[in-house]
Amino acid sequence: MLGKTAGGLYWMFRSLERAGNTARLIEAGFRIALTRSTDPESEWKSIIVTSAAQAAFEAKYNVYDSTNVTDFLLRDPDNPNSVLSVIKVARDNARLVRTALTTEVWSSVNETWMLFNHILKEPVPETDLPEVLAAIRQQASLVRGAHNGTMLRNDIYDFCQLGTFIERMDSTSRIIDVKYHALLPAASFVGSRMDNVQWEMILRSVSAHAAFRWAVDGDYNAPNIANFLILDPRLPRSLAYCTSQLVSNLEYLAQDYGEPSKSLELAQDLHARLKNHDIGSIFDEGLHEFLTRFISDTSALGFQVEQDYRFNA
Amino acid sequence: MKKEDKHFSEMMRPDGVRDPYQNYDAWFSKQDINRLSKKAQEAEAFFRRTGITFNVYGQADAEERLIPFDLVPRILSNTEWSKLSRGIEQRVRAINAFLHDIYNRQEILRAGVVPVDLIANNEAFLPQMMDFTPAGGVYTHIVGTDIVRTGEDEFYVLEDNARTPSGVSYMLENRETMLQMFPELFSKIRVQRVSDYPKNLRRSLEASAPPGVQGRPCVVVLTPGIHNSAYYEHSFLADQMGVELVEGHDLRVVDGNIAMRTTRGYKVIDVIYRRVDDEFLDPLTFNPQSMLGVPGIMDVYRAGNITITNAPGTGVADDKAIYSYVPEIVEFYTGEKAILKNVQTHRCSQPDTLKFVLENLKDLVVKEVHGSGGYGMLVGPAASKKEIADFAEKLKAKPANYIAQPTLSLSTVPILTDAGLAPRHVDLRPFALVSPNAIDIVPGGLTRVALTEGSLVVNSSQGGGTKDTWVLEG
Repeated sequence: MLGKTAGGLYWMFRSLERAGNTARLIEAGFRIALTRSTDPESEWKSIIVTSAAQAAFEAKYNVYDSTNVTDFLLRDPDNPNSVLSVIKVARDNARLVRTALTTEVWSSVNETWMLFNHILKEPVPETDLPEVLAAIRQQASLVRGAHNGTMLRNDIYDFCQLGTFIERMDSTSRIIDVKYHALLPAASFVGSRMDNVQWEMILRSVSAHAAFRWAVDGDYNAPNIANFLILDPRLPRSLAYCTSQLVSNLEYLAQDYGEPSKSLELAQDLHARLKNHDIGSIFDEGLHEFLTRFISDTSALGFQVEQDYRFNA
Repeated sequence: MKKEDKHFSEMMRPDGVRDPYQNYDAWFSKQDINRLSKKAQEAEAFFRRTGITFNVYGQADAEERLIPFDLVPRILSNTEWSKLSRGIEQRVRAINAFLHDIYNRQEILRAGVVPVDLIANNEAFLPQMMDFTPAGGVYTHIVGTDIVRTGEDEFYVLEDNARTPSGVSYMLENRETMLQMFPELFSKIRVQRVSDYPKNLRRSLEASAPPGVQGRPCVVVLTPGIHNSAYYEHSFLADQMGVELVEGHDLRVVDGNIAMRTTRGYKVIDVIYRRVDDEFLDPLTFNPQSMLGVPGIMDVYRAGNITITNAPGTGVADDKAIYSYVPEIVEFYTGEKAILKNVQTHRCSQPDTLKFVLENLKDLVVKEVHGSGGYGMLVGPAASKKEIADFAEKLKAKPANYIAQPTLSLSTVPILTDAGLAPRHVDLRPFALVSPNAIDIVPGGLTRVALTEGSLVVNSSQGGGTKDTWVLEG
């Protein structure tokens, strides 16, 4: 496979994952803003911070409110991470690697791009927002389904998976990090209304509020939630799940190509770091410090994959 | 359908339906027009979803457009096609012999059959190709000869397109679409297959690999990238052949070979089906600004370590001034009369011809010698007085840049309109594959149709559409 093709697949799936994550963040923010009256502005702000877009947003707007934030995150062409921007990136990459994709995957991405070019042409009024967010989720499922159901399990598939899980790992770490103060054990005294809001926000941002109920036989408290999002291998957006996927895809690649890679070592290291910890020892190390290191190591892993597999000339 | 007056209709004769269309007409007369219109809309949605689009140059929003598809097929009998394909094969053979001669002994120039200055002053002539013979002596591995029809037995070649002809993906997709929309038609009417084209293309390209390649030759398609107007076709062909689609920056010279950067290091390639123009192929040899080519590829080529298809410099055989000599070229190299006719062509470089052309602009079609895509041409009968006057000035300023041809009464094939069938002018671009051992011509080709009533310009860049082209089994 061409190095460029591997890169195209990787970025296509990173972008698709990013579109879904952004939609999920907006959804969580929108819901909190609707149902709670406490300080919606800081909720909207934390969403922008999570998307690493504070400077770009503040260059354009003075107020963090639902209209500005959703418009900026959904359709602003000046925001390279807006849903519309990343869907275009995904589609451009899909065109670039068209020969590596099944017709089903290609047409689902192309259709997604056509659909959102249309839906996001004008600002989305608040009344239509749930529908638009649902459409983003639906299209993401469509692409994922086509990918799972039709793609050969070979190196092409592995590069798609690497893009998905590196992006997801980065996103989940950021979501937790922005709210880390709400997750510190000190904040977990019983019944604090404010903390319940924060926790719900976090769980919703990773579509895990129902999963938590099903999977965790315990209270809504900080250690339980942090443990679930960081260490629970059953949750498809947890850090532990992401590292295990990355390790297995990099192992397939190493087997396939007959040589181990430096990126596999990095991924194994990340995975071991989670496996050998319980949530208590992470709190002891310092949650924020742990996450900061995790985010920067995730990005180093991404660079190493690009190098190992010659994405660029 | 109303009988057409002065143009040859491929479907209707004054006394009824022409033979090749009999079965189709029988089927069509039982169809509900509304259902067919709905099918046409479905086809359009399918093309959009699949991304069968082309990018339009010179438009700020870089819009992707569809080439309109008309669902009434253009039908040729096996007899008509046999004659056409023999004529194309003869012409393609002669053009390859001509290219070899021009870049080696130049006997045709010495014999005075083609004037020396047509070559000497030809921008497409590449001195870098002198005294070099590509693998198997093939220059034009893929040719798309443009043919028009004016009567029952009157076929004319309009252009030879010996550089990088496009459109074959539309031929394949059009057939695929028809098969999906009207399977019952294909079980009633025996139509020759076109679907083997990608397989044959790959085989033909492999057969043109440099001698001495070990194992199966590695073939790639070279594209200028996703913003090129024909990008869809490039990726389609690579996909259908099962080969890599590369850009210039994926390639480089490694130990005297051309190699592509893969996830596991550089891999040597043997044959490049390039969809990049000569000028951009090698910044060390041609346009130094080019980002689309591979620095040093011409040296590797001349050392015989890579096959470039079509060969650089083939354009010298298909500009519109050389075109007027093709019948003589055919006779010179094959000893036979040309089976396919040329359109009468006035070379404006000659003073008395220029005078004639200027006096008759309203009846003529004038084209730039190096133009393509229907740009920069004048269709006299359709032009306003002012357009003709403006064009006359351009012509006087640079006469050698133009040729003129009579306005042909192009044949018509019906298209589906809201009011039922209506005749529109068509042309035909069959595709020939040339390898050292064989010339293979896919039955039919791409039919382009001028969708505007009365229009003679079929180019997709000028609002033309396409049709599925059927060659009936014998």
